[in-house]
Formats: sequence, structure tokens, C-alpha cells
Amino acid sequence: MSSVAVPSGFGRTAALFNSVVGKKIVMAVTGVILFGFVTVHMIGNLQIFLGPDRINAYGKFLQENVELLWPARIILLTSVALHILAAWQLTMLNNFKARPVAYVKKAALVSTYAARTMVWSGPIVGFFIVYHILHFTTMHAYPGVAPDDVYNKVIYGFQRQPAAAIFYMVANILLATHLYHGVWSLFQTLGVNHPRYTPWIKTGSKLFGFVIGMGNCSIPLAVLLKVLPRTL
Amino acid sequence: MRLTLNIWRQKSANEPGKMVKYDVPGVSEHMSFLEMLDVLNQRLIKQGDDPVVFEHDCREGICGCCGFMIDGVPHGPQRGTTVCQLHMRYFKDGDELYLEPFRAEAFPVVKDLLIDRSAFDRIIAAGGYVSVNTGSPQDANSLPIMKQCADMSMDAASCIGCGACVAACPNASAMLFVSAKISHLGLLPQGQPERDRRALRMLAQLQEEAFGACTNYGECEAACPKGIKLENIARMNRDYLKAALSYREEASAGGAA
Ligand code: HEM
Ligand code: FES
Repeated sequence: MSSVAVPSGFGRTAALFNSVVGKKIVMAVTGVILFGFVTVHMIGNLQIFLGPDRINAYGKFLQENVELLWPARIILLTSVALHILAAWQLTMLNNFKARPVAYVKKAALVSTYAARTMVWSGPIVGFFIVYHILHFTTMHAYPGVAPDDVYNKVIYGFQRQPAAAIFYMVANILLATHLYHGVWSLFQTLGVNHPRYTPWIKTGSKLFGFVIGMGNCSIPLAVLLKVLPRTL
Repeated sequence: MRLTLNIWRQKSANEPGKMVKYDVPGVSEHMSFLEMLDVLNQRLIKQGDDPVVFEHDCREGICGCCGFMIDGVPHGPQRGTTVCQLHMRYFKDGDELYLEPFRAEAFPVVKDLLIDRSAFDRIIAAGGYVSVNTGSPQDANSLPIMKQCADMSMDAASCIGCGACVAACPNASAMLFVSAKISHLGLLPQGQPERDRRALRMLAQLQEEAFGACTNYGECEAACPKGIKLENIARMNRDYLKAALSYREEASAGGAA
């Protein structure tokens, strides 16, 4: 008999989050939700290339459906919070403590750059999310731009502050690398690994990261290159 | 050939260690890596110096005793090979190599390249077994086992518990080891009755031992001298999730009520 007790009842739910695999499962599930979000968010925003009317109508649609908007926001914020909490705990309580004496020499055989930088791409993307919400959602007004004129808000936002546009692109390249490793990683964490499917999952994960990164970067880039003109 | 070795020397668990440089001439390409160290040790002993301590037993790649880092790779540059089976023909004259013990909080250095891996034993004791009634053996064919399951189980069972996966992992995680043990039992009918409990208990013990968590780097799989696959970790995660959600306590002390 083992000396390790298996908790029962309510304790078991707590035990799930206390276990390293349970935390990874929480990260994977919240990762799926965030993954869905970034996809929809990108597709929605790309409508800016279809002209002011389309993107402004989309903005209006989101604002008008409060009964959908707030549940979605709550689910997303909870997911981000749990994702960060689990990442923070696994990194600080487990991983950074597991090898107190570093190697004099250590080779990386197969791990990708994306995988090794998850602990950096994650927090930078997190910081970006806060900045991004302050930048466009809770928004400082631009003189002469109506609050519901999403199109011109974006154009002004990036034209007035090219540094912001550049930060958007850097953060989204990091988001792309986060997804490059994260998407395949979540399948593995949830127990999906099979010689027939895993190569496809890995390819899909890279492709997904690339598409999200390029899609999101295209908007600030188009503003900087004046492909998207102001209409005011 | 002549090699320069930088070897981690540490007198005891509580004393600080350091890299020491050794000039090793007269190495034959037919030697194994450990034989090459034997030659160095012979010379150190003759000089009245302390020989380099490293663990070894079978020297044929099956016991799991040997293992240290060579230039930052567990068991050295040759894939799928324990250091006892690594031959000097893979090195060339003038090479300078760095030998260090496997490093992890859970694997304290005992001396030089020798580490204490009893954390692995405690994980096995927590659930890495099947309970069987001893007595006369049952008929060999009474339990049909699918060939594919038997093969996958045998592949997982080829883990020799050397700790290379922990050493290679940037998080010093022991998930590949634990998942191999969980898989080789869980893929067979004999492993089913204790399958849920095994996943919960072995993983709880793993956490007690201060190993890190898996972030799916894949370094363990690449470094494993026995080719244990990451697929086993996915299976372990499945077993854990299922057990965490569905495991039931024994309702009574057992037996006829
Ligand atoms: C907000 C700040 C964020 C932080 C601090 C963060 C941090 C991390 C860390 C440390 C990991 C574990 C690395 C690993 O397992 O290799 C991870 C995994 C992951 N992240 Fe994030 N991340 C953040 C945002 C995001 C966002 C916005 C998304 C999705 C769009 C995302 C999706 C994922 C996925 C899918 C995984 C893989 C989960 C798994 O291994 O099962 N993360 N994140
Ligand atoms: S000494 Fe037994 S595996 Fe190397």
C-alpha cells in the first residue's frame, strides 16, 4: 500500500488543480477557449479591409448584443485568469525549482524555439492584452472621431502612435509562436497523441500560429503603409 | 586518440563541486566510454588521487545504472545508446568533452557523477505494480492479449529507469519515466484493476519528489536511450484525467458484506 492518500469528494476537485497534470489540463482547456477567441477576433477584425461600413457594422453588432457580449467577456476573463494562474504556479512552484544547480553545458536536441520561450511569449502577450483593451476598448477619444467609428479609431490609433503599431506586431508575432507550440501541446496534454494524427496536429499548429500572427499583423502594417486610408 | 575531459568533481553531497580538467591519452576507439574512464581512474589511483565515481553495473545497456551528461546530452551524442554502450569510435582525437551528473532537485549528487535516484523507486512503490496472487501459474494462453497492445506494452517496459529523461528535460520533469511505467502495465489486462489508482498515486508521488511539470518540449524522448515515446505521456494524461474524474473509493472493507 502506498502512503499517498487519494482524496475523495470535494477534495478531489481541489486535488485536480493541485496536481501538475490537472493544472496542465486547465491550461489546455482554457487554451482551447482562448484559441477560439483569437480566431474569431482576427476574422472579425479583418473586415476592416472590406471598408469602414463593414467593420463599423460589426462593431455595432457586438455592442448591441450585450446579453452575448458580457457572458463571452466573463468566460474569456476567467479563462485568461486560470491560464495565467496555472502557468505561474507550474513555472514558479515546480519548474524553476526542479533544477537548482544549472548544467555547465546543456544541449537542446529537438525542442523548438517557440517551446522554450512559452514562459516569455505568454506574459508579453498578457501584457499586450491589457494594453490593447486600454488602447481601443476603454479608449481615449480621438478628436473628431465618433466613438462608434471603429474604422477611423483604428487608423488614428496607429497613425498617431507608430510605436503602438510596432508593439502590436511584435506582440502578435509572439502570440504566433505561443500558438505554434501551444496548440500541439494542448492536444498532447489532453491525451491526444497518435502516430497517424500527431504529425498533422503539429503541422496544423504551426499553420494556425502563422495565420493568426499574419492576420493580426496585417492591420497595423496596412495602416503604417497607408494601404488603409483615413476617411475623415 | 587523446581527449581532454572536464569532469564534475564533488566530494560529497554537502560539499560544493567543480569542473576539473583531465588529459586522457592513449584512448582506443574500441573502448566503451566507461572503459575509457576506467583507464583514467586506474591512472588517478596510481597517482594517489581520488578516482572519478560513476555508477555502472551491467555495461550492456539493460540495467539503467549508468548515465551522466556528455556535452550537455544524457548518455552522450549517440542516440538510443546508454553511456556504457557508447563506443569511443564516435569521438575523435583532440575532442574536449564536459562530463556532469544528471541534475535535478530530486536527484541529489552523491559524489562526482553519481546521483541518488531513489525518488524513482518511491514513485514505483506508490503504484507502479500489479497485485497478483502467487501460486501455480495459470495457463499461458488463458488471457488473450492483442499483439499491438503487447508490443506497445513491451516498448514502454523497455524503460530502464536511468533518469536521462529527467536530465534532458529543461524542467527536470519525470513524466516520461512515470508514463512508461503507467503504460506498460495499463496496456495489459493484468494492469486494469489498479489502473486509476496507479495514475493518481504515481503522479501524487512524482509531485512529492520535486520534479518539474511537462511542457511538451520533447527533449526526453530524444535523449531516451530506449526510445520511449511521448505518446506514453499522452496516455498517462488520459489515465490521470479519467481517474481524477471517475475514481471510486472502496465502499466497504471488501469481501462479502
Ligand atoms: C495572457 C497571458 C498568457 C500567459 C502568461 C501564458 C502562459 C503560458 C504558459 C507558461 C504555457 C505553458 C507552456 C507549455 O506548456 O509549453 C502556456 C500554454 C498555452 N497557452 Fe498560454 N499564456 C498566455 C496567453 C495565451 C493566449 C492568449 C492563448 C491563446 C490564444 C494561449 C494559449 C495557450 C495554449 C493553447 C497553451 C498550451 C496548453 C497545454 O500545454 O496544454 N495562451 N501559456
Ligand atoms: S551499466 Fe547497465 S545500463 Fe549502462
